Amino acid sequence: MLKTFPKGGVHPAEGKYSANSVIETLSLPKTVSIPISQHIGAPSKAIVAKGDKVKVGDKIAESTGFVSANIHSSVSGTVVKVDNVLDSTGYKRPCVIINVEEDEWNESIDRSTDLKKEISMTDKEIIQRINESGIVGLGGATFPAHVKLSVPDGKKIDVLIINGVECEPYLTSDHRLMLEKAEEMLVGIQILMKALSVNRALIGIENNKPDAINYLQNLVKDYPGIEVHALKVQYPQGGEKQLIKALINREVPSGALPLNVGAVVHNVGTALAVYDAVQKNKPLFERVVTLTGKSVKKPSNFMVRIGTPVNELIEAAGGLPEDTGKVINGGPMMGKALNSLDVPVVKGTSGILIMPAELSPRKKESDCIRCAKCVSVCPQGLEPYLLNKQAQLEKYDNLEASAVMDCIECGSCAYTCPAGLPLLDYIRLGKSKVSQIIRSRKQ
Amino acid sequence: MNKLFISPSPHVYEDTTVKRLMFDVVIALLPALAFSIYFFGMGAIIVTLTAVVSCIAFEWLIQKFILKQEPSITDGSALVTGILLAFNVPTNLPIWIIIIGSLVAIGVGKMSFGGLGNNPFNPALVGRVFMLISFPVQMTSWPIPSGFNNSYTDAVTGATPLGVMKEGIGAGESVSAIMDKIPDHMQLFYGHMGGSMGEIAAAALILGLGWMLYRKVIKIHIPAAIILTITAFTGILWLVNPESNADPLFHLLTGGVMLGAIFMATDYVTSPMSVKGMWIFGIGIGLITVSIRVFGAYPEGISFAILIMNAFVPLINMYIKPKRFGEEVQNGK
Amino acid sequence: MSTTILFTIISLSAIGAIAAIILYFVAQKFKVYEDPRIDQVEEILPAANCGGCGYPGCRGFAEAMVKADDLSPFYCPVGGNETMTQAAEILGKAVEAKDPLVAVIRCSGSPAHRERVNTYDGASSCTISSSLYSGETGCQFGCLGLGDCVDVCDFDAIYMDEETGLPVVIDDNCTACGACVKACPNIIIELRKKNKKDRKIFVSCVNEDKGGVAKKACSVACIGCGKCVKACAYDAIVVENFLAYIDPNKCKLCRKCVAECPTNAILEINFPPKKVKTEQAAGETKAPAKPKAETSEKEAPKAESKESKENENNK
Repeated sequence: MLKTFPKGGVHPAEGKYSANSVIETLSLPKTVSIPISQHIGAPSKAIVAKGDKVKVGDKIAESTGFVSANIHSSVSGTVVKVDNVLDSTGYKRPCVIINVEEDEWNESIDRSTDLKKEISMTDKEIIQRINESGIVGLGGATFPAHVKLSVPDGKKIDVLIINGVECEPYLTSDHRLMLEKAEEMLVGIQILMKALSVNRALIGIENNKPDAINYLQNLVKDYPGIEVHALKVQYPQGGEKQLIKALINREVPSGALPLNVGAVVHNVGTALAVYDAVQKNKPLFERVVTLTGKSVKKPSNFMVRIGTPVNELIEAAGGLPEDTGKVINGGPMMGKALNSLDVPVVKGTSGILIMPAELSPRKKESDCIRCAKCVSVCPQGLEPYLLNKQAQLEKYDNLEASAVMDCIECGSCAYTCPAGLPLLDYIRLGKSKVSQIIRSRKQ
Repeated sequence: MNKLFISPSPHVYEDTTVKRLMFDVVIALLPALAFSIYFFGMGAIIVTLTAVVSCIAFEWLIQKFILKQEPSITDGSALVTGILLAFNVPTNLPIWIIIIGSLVAIGVGKMSFGGLGNNPFNPALVGRVFMLISFPVQMTSWPIPSGFNNSYTDAVTGATPLGVMKEGIGAGESVSAIMDKIPDHMQLFYGHMGGSMGEIAAAALILGLGWMLYRKVIKIHIPAAIILTITAFTGILWLVNPESNADPLFHLLTGGVMLGAIFMATDYVTSPMSVKGMWIFGIGIGLITVSIRVFGAYPEGISFAILIMNAFVPLINMYIKPKRFGEEVQNGK
Repeated sequence: MSTTILFTIISLSAIGAIAAIILYFVAQKFKVYEDPRIDQVEEILPAANCGGCGYPGCRGFAEAMVKADDLSPFYCPVGGNETMTQAAEILGKAVEAKDPLVAVIRCSGSPAHRERVNTYDGASSCTISSSLYSGETGCQFGCLGLGDCVDVCDFDAIYMDEETGLPVVIDDNCTACGACVKACPNIIIELRKKNKKDRKIFVSCVNEDKGGVAKKACSVACIGCGKCVKACAYDAIVVENFLAYIDPNKCKLCRKCVAECPTNAILEINFPPKKVKTEQAAGETKAPAKPKAETSEKEAPKAESKESKENENNK
């Protein structure tokens, strides 16, 4: 019996077309647009201006608080401007736009490719280096990593959980990382363990990646303290709370964080970025992005510099298919539909999914038939039909009492609804209004 | 390049639709319909056709001319209501009564509350109970199965096994003596008895249940709760006094228990939304059914039991909530 | 038989009388004293309970007015100055006559002017669409066309025009309660002064992008060029963030800015059509033969002289 979370979940078609595509380094674009806010928390402040020359790895935007992150240039060249440009959030946001000239790297970065296993820094130094390097959660949430590692006094962490689940259909960037950069990732996990002062790390991988599971299970024999666990293929297995429950059978209380149950969760991509930052002094400026879709000629996994326009990836994968209806930043369950193909790849872009036009429009909407399928698939044990109605009727007190803030926005409810109701649309609206109310109450 | 579609996540959907769910229910009812036509003949066909056509017609008329909205008869819910209504009445029921029953079922039981998804009471049962109370004579003269024939309102009638049992116990006869007068358990299972179309063939209905579970149309909780409760309640009574109480298997195979438990109580709109709620709902129905059968005036109680518990469903939904992830830990357990 | 009837009548009357006495005393004991003026004021209020006054329902408004010393900060948009005067009479307090307001839609971005570059397929709500992305067009500030404003109106004063995809206000029904202003996530609806004959002059645009970007997205956008500011003799227009705004309290409805605007972003509503301009007296065109003629004639020479002075300076 494979471990899994106890309640709810759905199993969408996996569509892992790019699972066997080796990671390709994408050629450099002509210009990059690097947004100055690619993370949860306060937006960074640009420290370059028009005309400045930058090298790969130079800091171009500074963190403006504890919950904020530095941003580094992914290319060498001249800054064209710092201006509002349409980015993957769907709005025009301030970006640093750089004309790419050659590929000169900052001298302090160690470009050697040999595996460096020895960890010479102390835990405080590690956290400092992670902070400096602008590392954020690469699973898509983009929460600044050093904040997660800074455990407040009084809380004790006893296990590090590494999320290699990749439960979203179509995405394969984490899968390829685990196969091609396994040892660097494992050293990165050891670095994280040192930073947290734990001696146990669990890597969770969904059972549809048997090659990764077997490969890693062999490798971790040389890495004491790290275990590999296969998990049932069920969406949202990779959700933080669900993953913790499945692996160590502890339930994160409603409204609390994983560190309340003694765990910290990081994505495999983040672990790799930590290795690069700590062992090679390489800040975060590139990441693996999957480009896939039913009609894509060459579903691929690319190593992409942050700020590269999505168009470049599409061209490299064989061009935009004729029947394209939707282009999604992320996976099909939680990803965001893009309204332009010139938007840049950012730290949180795990994949670009191209959906054919016949599959793009939503199901036709009819009335709720109270079938309770949404209730049975909600992994958080909520009642989506009720939250939807309360949000439509603007009953925010009732919404708060129905624990709408527990919703992880996984989309299982809207996925299942036979009447095609836009459940998650209204629940998200309800969540934003309720969080505004809660914030104004605290003041 | 075509214009891109933009919508909030999720961007993929299960291909289940309301129509598909309703048609799966219709398919699940087909074995029982086949049995009935085999046993009751022409009457079964006429009654079913009349009920289905009038339910669909009334829904269309009411939506188009009174409510002035787009008619939604293609979603299959009126079809299901029609078949279930037909299953609840004797196969010699005159057409005009069926039409009135359909009007009440659809007009009062469903449309007056706002259409599909808004009615608190099961529409087919609303129609059936209305007809039972308004036309008690016609609604309680049950044709006996005599193989396929062309008789309709002139079919030979007799009492149902449940009716015979109730009368006999009321007159003071012993159960074993009564059991001689009615078909044995095996025959009850395969449908060789008087009654409505939905009452006679437990075997066919169980086939339907299997189909619906396989297609994930319903969950097992409500049927299980009803059947287990009825078995337990009647079992206790039978163990205490086997001569004045029929055995549990008899109760399960006669009357509308199987039809009610599998098709009527599991109607989405009128049943609870959480698993705990479904159990409470099923247990309530079981208790009320047996109470009416044993202590009440009517031989059959499941229609009333389901309607009574339908009235409790909003209360159940309000107070019985599914267990939230992280709720117990938050409350300090 | 007659004793039965007699007995029945007496006993029922006695029960009735006892019940009445008990009820009377209970009513007296638990009576809540309320200022009778609240009822009087509530009587003359329109009973729409729309919240446009800022108070919870008409009774709440009546209570607040009874408690207050001065009625100047109060205004019922549905009943208008008439109702406020009546309330002032009942309460014997001072009241200020306020200018009636009307809701104005400040966007002209129909598909003819503003190209749709993608298709929104989410839930039919402007709030949800605006929280998702910048919209179906190149202008992220303008009308989203999904009708949150229509849904919230209690007075049937706003409807969605099928062709233009923009909301239309029915001035006669509009009470300026402000519900549509709050409902619009892009805040394109403004409550402006209601002039005689429902005449309006306003900048029908809320786009704050640079001129070139705005024009590319919509052919009737305000590009912030400032020509209207120069044309206005009453300093009623300011340009901020590449967007012009006409102050309704300073605007004298002279319509000079309308002609100046290169993108036709400024709209004049309910005015008679202008006569064709001749080369000679620009003053003639500014004197329509209407009741407003006197004021505009007086204004026209003033504006004219200012203009001619400017022209002289420019030359």
